[in-house]
Amino acid sequence: MKSKLVLVGNGMAGMRAVEELLKLEPEMYDITVFGAELYGNYNRILLSPLLAAENTLDDIMLNPTSWYDDNGITLHAGKTVTTIDRAKRSVTADDGTNVPYDRLILATGSHPFMIPVPGIELDGVVSYRDVDDVNKMLASAKDHTNAVVIGGGLLGLEAAYGLQKQGMNVTVVHLLDSLMERQLDKAAAALLKASLEKRGLRFEMEAETKAILGASRVESVQFGDGWEIPADLVVMAVGIRPNIDLAKSAGVYCERGIVVNDSLQTYDPRIYAVGECVQHRGDCYGLVAPLFEQAKILANHVAEYGYSRYEGSMVSTKLKVTGIDVFSAGDIVGDGKTEEVLFQDPAKAIYKKLLIKDQKITGAVLYGDTADGARIFQMIRDGIDVSETRDDLLFTHHSVGDSGTAGVSSTTSMTANTEICGCNGVCKGTIVETIVSKQLFTLDDVRQHTKASSSCGSCTGLVEQLLADTLGGDYSVSAAKKSACPCTEFTHDEIRRAIREQELKSIPDVMAFLDWTTSDGCHKCRPALNFYLLCAWPGEYRDDAQSRFINERAHANIQKDGTYSVVPRIWGGVTSPAELKAIAEVAQKYDVPTVKFTGGQRLDLLGVKKEDLPGVWGDLNSAGLVSGHAYGKALRTVKTCVGSEWCRFGTQDSTGLGIKLERMAWGSWHPHKVKLAVSGCPRNCAEATIKDFGVVCVDSGYELHVGGNGGIKIRATDFLCKLETEEEVLEYCGAFLQLYREEAHYLERTAPWIERVGLATIKTVIVDDAERRAQLHARFLRSQSFSQHDPWAEHATGEKAMTFMPIDALRQERAGECAEGSTQ
Amino acid sequence: MSWCPAGGLSQIPARGARVLKTGNGNVAVFRTFDDKLFALADRCPHRQGPLSQGIVHGTKVTCPLHDWVIDLSTGSAVAPDSGCTSTYPVKVEDGLVYVDLPNG
Ligand code: SRM
Ligand SMILES: Cc1cc2nc3c(=O)[nH]c(=O)nc-3n(C[C@H](O)[C@H](O)[C@H](O)COP(=O)(O)OP(=O)(O)OC[C@H]3O[C@@H](n4cnc5c(N)ncnc54)[C@H](O)[C@@H]3O)c2cc1C
Ligand code: SF4
Ligand code: FES
Repeated sequence: MKSKLVLVGNGMAGMRAVEELLKLEPEMYDITVFGAELYGNYNRILLSPLLAAENTLDDIMLNPTSWYDDNGITLHAGKTVTTIDRAKRSVTADDGTNVPYDRLILATGSHPFMIPVPGIELDGVVSYRDVDDVNKMLASAKDHTNAVVIGGGLLGLEAAYGLQKQGMNVTVVHLLDSLMERQLDKAAAALLKASLEKRGLRFEMEAETKAILGASRVESVQFGDGWEIPADLVVMAVGIRPNIDLAKSAGVYCERGIVVNDSLQTYDPRIYAVGECVQHRGDCYGLVAPLFEQAKILANHVAEYGYSRYEGSMVSTKLKVTGIDVFSAGDIVGDGKTEEVLFQDPAKAIYKKLLIKDQKITGAVLYGDTADGARIFQMIRDGIDVSETRDDLLFTHHSVGDSGTAGVSSTTSMTANTEICGCNGVCKGTIVETIVSKQLFTLDDVRQHTKASSSCGSCTGLVEQLLADTLGGDYSVSAAKKSACPCTEFTHDEIRRAIREQELKSIPDVMAFLDWTTSDGCHKCRPALNFYLLCAWPGEYRDDAQSRFINERAHANIQKDGTYSVVPRIWGGVTSPAELKAIAEVAQKYDVPTVKFTGGQRLDLLGVKKEDLPGVWGDLNSAGLVSGHAYGKALRTVKTCVGSEWCRFGTQDSTGLGIKLERMAWGSWHPHKVKLAVSGCPRNCAEATIKDFGVVCVDSGYELHVGGNGGIKIRATDFLCKLETEEEVLEYCGAFLQLYREEAHYLERTAPWIERVGLATIKTVIVDDAERRAQLHARFLRSQSFSQHDPWAEHATGEKAMTFMPIDALRQERAGECAEGSTQ
Repeated sequence: MSWCPAGGLSQIPARGARVLKTGNGNVAVFRTFDDKLFALADRCPHRQGPLSQGIVHGTKVTCPLHDWVIDLSTGSAVAPDSGCTSTYPVKVEDGLVYVDLPNG
């Protein structure tokens, strides 16, 4: 017989936990759900758009009652659980329904807090928590005019905005002198207030409500000094309290909320709790992002996997009032040791503040331009060291150097048909519609359903902004701890550490040791594992071709029509008549449709049929040409300029040094592609300052620059150091490349890697520590001793060449080889 | 329908595929990590990408062009993508692979 699982509270957190559980162990439990509300589970966050008539109830249902039926779950909607019998292990609802459990999940949410003043029982006084409240407000809006919202926090302002859109005169009453004081500092709050006033909202600040007056229905609100304002509707939105009534009555240990451990277990090991009713390590949360994190971990334990832990969350908020951009995250108050970085442009109503402590961002308030909210929030969570970048942290980054988004930086001003994703042609309207109709919460969801941001990623910031605009809160940033892919709970760093420390030497070993949830991985984790193993065990690990993307398996770039392109290595961009002749002959012999100079100083043969690849390679090889790895997460080009050999400005032999670097580094595999360049003087014709590793020659030596790229998001390099000899340049380059290979996450180019770990960390190892530099360089050379074999030569003949050939069914048929049953 | 020989089983790498040229376009014959065989038209339902060149994981393949994931047993794209490519029966006899192809 199956175990019995009972959930009390079918709101957002509880039902998310059930969904996560069904993903892991769909057959493990008989599931019964109690919900005090009459409906299935709906998206509470979208109550404000419901109030503003931007949505209908159907639009915001997450799990309609049919969903429960389809998943074999018994739903008792409209029934409130009143007792838990922990000895008998059963729950009883107000109508007498009694259900036994083996495991119980409490997800009872919060109570809206009502300030205890006379008159709160009057008709027309409502809280703002559920569909019933919204219905009451909508009914009042129909035949009444004056609304008073008590509470100038997130909820209150959203209610005020919705009621105003319904045509009411709205006054917001706030006890303090500043709106949203938990999220905003005074300057940002003042801008917000001015902007809301422009939209017609009225404010009574520092006003203490003393009584609500009226005969049977509310007529006015009275303040401390006796002053009154007329009111036909009063919305109380002053805060929430975890709903712990049921837990407390059953003797489950509670403080402010139901106390749980890192597995979301209460003091009764059979009872779990999740959502707003929970208190974890002293904190209660009131936004869905952390609750969803909790739900995922709870499911992991209820499914008896038992290996993940909830370690608390950092939250950020976003106001869902159309056309107003407010973002806040982390600690916005700070202490004596906190520094503030400010940017203010009163004319444009833009205000941005960062709080920095020990060179790390601890909090942020953005008003008017929130485009960088998601990026800054990620920096807070990752604890990024900002000592090198703090000068320009507050200048909008996401559009600087981003290609494909037409330079736009704010989504609120866009029309529905503005294109957001240039790769896949997805417009704002489509994204917003899909978020609402498909009930999406995360960036990944949007990527899957609309394809926006799923290709080159340059529009990611905009899509995150749209998510936040549509949903409020923080959905866009994934869990604090990011697993490498959906097949595992572990991060890239944890996986790399396990490979080294446990001496794991094959993909199946890694998957077994780290409890992979899939038997065979996926197209994301297998290539990553293959690289990590290759990097950790050079000469020992046998490369797994089937875990490589086709380009690396076929040693050529796949094209849109299924043909391939072939780019031979042109050392430092220098070629010869003999090489050019060989390339020309190959192009003729194999009918290559296009021969093109690449942006990387080489020649590309485009449109080669797969079965011709071995032949093409054989011919190129005999002219001394080898693979240019234009297809690989590997060393690509080393761009050079003519340098002192010819140029009247050249200071050093940049061409010669480029060739030496390429000879040293060719054939190396990396987390992402790596490009080098050497320029002969600061005029920098080889564009060395947008390469992963660039050298700019000067009269007195060589400047090293690292972490640049062109591409989707332009990043100029950081200056690493200055050296005197070519030998030193080669050593520093090898050491830098090896550090990148050993430490970066798969698919992380040097630019984001350096931004994540900080230039200072890299300098300490490569520049300041001669011993570690020498070791890294030696490890690079050792690894190179196993990898500098031309893959083309290996595949041009013999058995490996055969794998490029299709099997020709037609020919077999013609030869009469088709088995019996053929009617031909 | 007729059973067409598609070479030796050993010619198809585990987690890989071979291409069979037919009068109706290419057919991809896949072999999974646990040695199950599947034959599908070598055309992704998205934009005709050659599925045979994708990464095979479990009983699915990821198209090399834009990362749609196709279920090998049904030929259908994994949700939220939708679309379907033809599948054909496969069998192995004495180490030789046969695919049941429509005539003509
Ligand atoms: C052929 C070439 C375009 C050309 O005709 O000039 C090219 C072609 C492709 N580039 Fe590029 N890139 C080429 C130079 C560049 C350059 C210029 C350069 O290297 O100086 C850049 C900007 C510089 C940089 O990388 O920082 C460039 C930035 C990209 C990017 C964006 C990288 C980024 O970090 O933002 C991608 C996408 C990716 O790698 O994920 C990309 C990806 C691609 C891919 C591999 C797309 C794909 O996955 O199929 C294209 C392969 C076509 C093919 O089959 O050959 N290509 N690509 C150039 C080959 C250079 C070579 O000799 O190897
Ligand atoms: C108007 C509004 C706007 C919001 N906007 C945002 C936003 O922009 N961003 C954001 O992140 N968050 C927002 N929130 C907060 C978010 O909705 C909550 O954090 C989330 O819904 C909490 O989930 P929960 O499951 O803990 O509680 P709930 O979703 O409240 O679910 C608890 C459920 O349990 C039921 N219940 C309680 N006791 C019992 C019992 N004894 N028996 C049976 N059933 C019971 C309740 O009726 C309720 O349906 C908003 C909330 C509101 C009200
Ligand atoms: S070659 Fe580069 S820029 Fe041109 S279409 Fe392909 S990926 Fe885009
Ligand atoms: S053609 Fe297969 S994913 Fe686009």
